[in-house]
Amino acid sequence: MELVLFWVFAAICIGGAINLLAQKHPINSALSLVVVMASLAVEYLLLGAEFVAAVQVIIYAGAIMVLFIFVIMLLNAGEEPHGGKTSLVAKLVGLPALGILAVMLVWALTAQAGGSVAVAGAEPGPPQVIARLLFNDFLLPFEVTSVLVLIAIMGAVVLAAPLQPHHAAKILAAQAGEGGQS
Amino acid sequence: MSLGLYLLVGFIKSFIIINVYLVVFAYTVWAERKVLGHIQNRWGPTKVGPFGLLQPIADGVKLLFKEDMTPPFVYQPIFTIAPVLALVMSLMSVAVIPIAPALHLFGYDIPMQVTDINIGLLFILGVTSIGVYGIALAGWSSNSKYAMLGGLRASAQMISYEASLGLSLIGVLIMSGSFSLQEIVHQQEGFFWGFIPNWNIFRGQFFGFFLYIIAAYAETNRVPFDLPEAESELGGGYHTEYSSMKWSMFFMAEYHNMITVACLATLLFLGGWSGPVIGPPILHTLLPLAWFCLKVAFFLFIYIWVRGTMPRFRYDQLMAFGWKVLLPLAILNVVVTAFFVAWFS
Amino acid sequence: MVPISYYLGLSAALFICGIAGFLLKRNIITIFMSIELMLNAVNLSFVAFAAQLHNLAGQVFVFFVMVVAAAEAAVGLAIIIAVYRTRNTLNVDQVDLLKL
Repeated sequence: MELVLFWVFAAICIGGAINLLAQKHPINSALSLVVVMASLAVEYLLLGAEFVAAVQVIIYAGAIMVLFIFVIMLLNAGEEPHGGKTSLVAKLVGLPALGILAVMLVWALTAQAGGSVAVAGAEPGPPQVIARLLFNDFLLPFEVTSVLVLIAIMGAVVLAAPLQPHHAAKILAAQAGEGGQS
Repeated sequence: MSLGLYLLVGFIKSFIIINVYLVVFAYTVWAERKVLGHIQNRWGPTKVGPFGLLQPIADGVKLLFKEDMTPPFVYQPIFTIAPVLALVMSLMSVAVIPIAPALHLFGYDIPMQVTDINIGLLFILGVTSIGVYGIALAGWSSNSKYAMLGGLRASAQMISYEASLGLSLIGVLIMSGSFSLQEIVHQQEGFFWGFIPNWNIFRGQFFGFFLYIIAAYAETNRVPFDLPEAESELGGGYHTEYSSMKWSMFFMAEYHNMITVACLATLLFLGGWSGPVIGPPILHTLLPLAWFCLKVAFFLFIYIWVRGTMPRFRYDQLMAFGWKVLLPLAILNVVVTAFFVAWFS
Repeated sequence: MVPISYYLGLSAALFICGIAGFLLKRNIITIFMSIELMLNAVNLSFVAFAAQLHNLAGQVFVFFVMVVAAAEAAVGLAIIIAVYRTRNTLNVDQVDLLKL
């Protein structure tokens, strides 16, 4: 039963990830990433990490990816133009290198597992236990991440704020200059 | 319980609960039209059936037989998926809502909810946050400027108010120490000082309750936060290009979300099904259900009342209110609750 | 009863998909999504190792990764908006001038 569920959602995961690569339009890629994240949440449930699964859906699928889709909508990003120049060296060396990396990574990771087996529900991660770990053993990293989030908020506000008028004039002048040259 | 029986019971319960929700949805719409009519000094639906009670059926038949138009300029696959996504996600969240204490029947303990999971509240939050996609994608895939503006507004508004929504619930979670909705309700049974019910709203979450209600109104896109579908400025917002059943899927999703919010408010702040229970055993089973329905109906009435009373926010006011007023207040509520819980324990 | 190695294999496969997307795609938003995919793959192996070692610290690490991912998404998308505003393109090949 669990093995069947694992294979079904693993297939959805990989399918979504490959679809992310295959799609030309960013919104389709974003949606397939949402599918990947949702099926990963099911894999977490199978591993007995129900709190992580819920947080995965709420934060990743529900907040971060909505932000992505919001930006795609805001910029009205269309399909990417079919890539012009692709270097032959990149194709001949890069793709085999990617394959070798894949084999090595799978081998290295699975070698760690030994023969151990995950039993769903055997080791549930109740929120209370995780909270105790988070606020006792990992208190310092927790506080540091809160500072990180604060910095990220300020950075996002500064970066996404409307351009200052004198700045905008400079860009317009530069663009006009480029237009004149070409 | 064997797997087959488990699946059978689950299927029957899902079937019943989905049908009950569809009926509740239909009569919420009827009540909305009726109450709104009386607020505006007119009668509302009166023609179909006594007091217009058959009006929802007439509406349903009309929507079913309308032509399903798909404008030629839309992005077809996402345009079709979006309403389904919104409806499915709004229906999924009812799966973890308990409506009454467990029923003892034929020697089995049958909980009055589809499933009792120990992260019930997080499940509802997660499903609600996926529901945003339905509206955002509908706005984007329609390829029309009004729908696009509605979709953009909806996604920004729902991300913003989701933060306050989650934080306003943390006060309750700190007090109960559990994500399971059954558990949260059980902790609110009984009285303190002899006569005041032991509900969270009376135990220090008064403030949190109003924060939750405000954030939830924004989350369900209802007046005064109905900017995504502001009909007088956007001509319908994200569902401008939709017609017939696809449009009514959005309509159903919105009302299901309202009902879910009302149920959640009842469970978390008003003690769920707890209330005075008297009389013979049959009443012991039915009265809690009646209390629950009464509280939910009260919330739905307030929804309609607010719609009949309040004007719509301006968009910058909405965003400023969400981030500069509601979010700090919600954080303050969390801090104060945590302080008191730590102090008295 | 699923062997842990299956989860780790899935994690590695997702990570490779992320790397491939990061290297092959030209749209800056899609590249950014590939990074999120890689982070997700790493999260899966964290949770799998937590189940193998019977140590919930692995799950706690997932939360840190999520927080960092959220912060990264906020800043990264702000940068994308700023780039789009000045260059009018999302193609990384065309964003190769070190001036405005």
